[in-house]
Amino acid sequence: MSASIQATTDLSTPKPLTVDGRPLKKSLARALRRDKLRAFLLIFPLLAFIVLSFVMPIGDMLFRSVENSIVEKTLPGTVKALSRWDSTIGDIPDEAVFTALADDLMLAQEIKRHTRLGSRLNYDQPGISSLFRKTGRRLKKFENTAAQDALVQINAAWDSPAAWISLQEIPSFDTHFPATAQSLQNWSGWVASEEGEEVDATTLQPHGFTYASLLQDLKTLDASTWETLEADASGLFTGVNDQLQNIPEENFTSQFADIDDGWLDLDNWRAMKRLSPRYIDSYFLASIDSERTESGVERKSENERIYATLFVRTILISLVITMSCILLGYPVAFLLANLPVRASNLVLILVLLPFWTSLLVRTSAWKVLLQQQGVINDLLVWIGLIDNAGRLVMINNMTGTIIAMTHILLPFMILPLFSVMKTISPTYMRAAKSMGASDSLAFWRIYFPNTIPGIGAGSILVFILSIGYYITPALVGGTKGVFISNRIAYHISSSLNWGLAAALGSILLVLVLALYWTYDRIVGIDKVNLG
Amino acid sequence: MSSSVQASSDVRGAAVRFEHVQKSYDGEILVVKDLNLDIAPGEFVTMLGPSGSGKTTCLMMLAGFEPATNGEIFLNDKPINNVPPRKRGIGMVFQNYALFPHMSVAENLAFPLEIRKMGKSEREEKVKRALDMVELGAFGNRRPAQLSGGQQQRVAVARALVFDPDLVLMDEPLGALDKQLREQMQYEIKHIHESLGVSVVYVTHDQTEALTMSDRVAVFQDGVIQQLSSPDDLYESPQNSFVAQFIGENNKLSGVITGIDNGLCGMTLDDGTKVTAEAVNVGDIGSRATISLRPERVELEPQELRDNRVNGKVVEVLYLGDHLRIVMSVAGNHEFIVKLPNGGRHSSPIEGQSYQLGWSALDAKALDPVS
Repeated sequence: MSASIQATTDLSTPKPLTVDGRPLKKSLARALRRDKLRAFLLIFPLLAFIVLSFVMPIGDMLFRSVENSIVEKTLPGTVKALSRWDSTIGDIPDEAVFTALADDLMLAQEIKRHTRLGSRLNYDQPGISSLFRKTGRRLKKFENTAAQDALVQINAAWDSPAAWISLQEIPSFDTHFPATAQSLQNWSGWVASEEGEEVDATTLQPHGFTYASLLQDLKTLDASTWETLEADASGLFTGVNDQLQNIPEENFTSQFADIDDGWLDLDNWRAMKRLSPRYIDSYFLASIDSERTESGVERKSENERIYATLFVRTILISLVITMSCILLGYPVAFLLANLPVRASNLVLILVLLPFWTSLLVRTSAWKVLLQQQGVINDLLVWIGLIDNAGRLVMINNMTGTIIAMTHILLPFMILPLFSVMKTISPTYMRAAKSMGASDSLAFWRIYFPNTIPGIGAGSILVFILSIGYYITPALVGGTKGVFISNRIAYHISSSLNWGLAAALGSILLVLVLALYWTYDRIVGIDKVNLG
Repeated sequence: MSSSVQASSDVRGAAVRFEHVQKSYDGEILVVKDLNLDIAPGEFVTMLGPSGSGKTTCLMMLAGFEPATNGEIFLNDKPINNVPPRKRGIGMVFQNYALFPHMSVAENLAFPLEIRKMGKSEREEKVKRALDMVELGAFGNRRPAQLSGGQQQRVAVARALVFDPDLVLMDEPLGALDKQLREQMQYEIKHIHESLGVSVVYVTHDQTEALTMSDRVAVFQDGVIQQLSSPDDLYESPQNSFVAQFIGENNKLSGVITGIDNGLCGMTLDDGTKVTAEAVNVGDIGSRATISLRPERVELEPQELRDNRVNGKVVEVLYLGDHLRIVMSVAGNHEFIVKLPNGGRHSSPIEGQSYQLGWSALDAKALDPVS
């Protein structure tokens, strides 16, 4: 049935075939394949360059805005132990967590990772970084042999590497002894770092921290597990359960507290638990002046808010710059499009001249011009418009940023406008006038509407360039004229808080894309003419 | 000069009058030299000439986009040298239509009416009528870019006419159209002109257009009107060699005047052949002149007696369906064209053979010499 339907449909709309009976589509695809391949090969070098040098680094940067694996990587055991701790109750974590922390930090300070973790945590919990640094220095002096001594006393077999090998051979070792397993892993990392790669950690007896971790694990085991353990052939656990209550705890909690009271501070532990996940939103919350506390997401206090203001300021100044560029660039573009070729080429060179001068030189020139003892102020004082005491402050503030950036971005407005105006035939204006329109009416009803694609293209260019501008605001913006990009640069190069920089950058990117989308919706991106 | 039209325009008052108009862009070269021209109300006058002959400049001066350097232009007997274009009330059709791309067809047409502060209903009525006139009633909502070239052209014509101007200027309006469409539009424009009775000044370099549409044609060359005549006069009685060559196909025979008598002149061609021609624009006996002779007026192997009989050698024969086009070598002119109607009577001339040619003395116009 279906076959017959198939047959009839095939008959009604036969697929076009070539003369030798192959489907036309296939034949066409084959014929075009060479051209497509050639085209691809031609763009391949650029494609590879862009992917390697642009797409991948940017993707990596954006990824950093949520990535937070350093906590889990540096303190794997602690993170696991903390997951069992309820941060809402109001007690600091128990000895098991401190044991895991001591064990993790032993490896971390050996491979110098604890300071990096400290600075990461410090972004969200100021002061915590010194805690880690201090502790790292004194960790080697920790008393850690109490558990080890007790176990060896119960069964001398614990005093050898063989005991640890047979321990790891117990079925479901990982599930029953998670802290021990983590500690052994840390231990082999420590050995590899301390003794060199060639030493096999399994031939050595682990340090006291591992015994302490084992003790913590043993305390959590239930009766049935003990039965299986005690029945184990190695006999390692014979009598351990009975003695368990008598084994003294090392009390790492108080040893940590001796180094710094901060370890008893609930807020520090809450921050560590909050920042344990591998992917977090804390950078983005910080970007909008918010933070996550025990009671949920909250705005930061008034005097700590900075980024929202900067975003708003960046957008507003960019709008002002775009408007100034339209107002200043439109007449120039008109002149360019309507002068005789020779004169218009000269003006075009003048417009392009700034491109041949270093950005820094141009910006510095504005410093010379605009400063209070600068050329413009001197001139104004000389002609008597202002007196010497009332010299205008035009630099290191918003005015400076607007003036310098309008100047720098002006060509990006003039060129698209010019390319659009060039295509507007002068006969439009003549036609309008021949129909009775006055000059201004003909301009506003006929000429101006036809230049809107150029205004749109120029505005998009100028706005997007200015919203991400960095050098000029940094040089002439002072404190009141800096942009969000300056803050991003600060976090990239000075505070090294790349996650926050990435989050700020992502917000900026989304903002620009949203504006672009809105523009496409309202004006239509196909109307943009970049020349 | 066509005296009858000239006379009637004197009686009714000229719609347009150029008086000693001169134009120079650079102060050194005159683009238009002492132009005098009267255009009667309702007349269709074409300015025809090669590019750079000053015809478009004249149109731009009339429209007001270029000031006259000297002289005066009158519109309905009022001087308009100091009237800006928008106050001249002249409809204009531009070379590339100049339809406003951001407005619909109807908005384009409504634009001049809006400027004249016309009410909305009246405006719509006029726009509709104008669109119907050019048979584009259904296209009012389209953008100009959505129309074909011919349709855009019609919109441009409708827009120039929608505010009822007395005078419409057209600057090579059909230049961008293909041949077939161009011919069709020629008739349409002519019919619109006839039914509305507006005066039209039309600029073109296409002589067919000029001959088909105009009441009178002004042939421009070097900023001077070479001849202002009705189309048939222009073809039949060219006043000088330039007009003879510019309008239609033309054979040139150069020689020296040997005698002038009763409107006819005897000439000795450069190879010694003696011929008779009508003396239209010649100097004294002994001066050089050029005979202009239309190819279709030359007969091959004439049966009847002809004023002139000359031998020619066939260079090439081209078969063009309705006629044979024969290139011959006659009296030193190796590009002498003869058109032989395809009546089935003649056997095709043979290349390389000599034949006798004949033509009437009145068909041969002796004009100023060309080098």
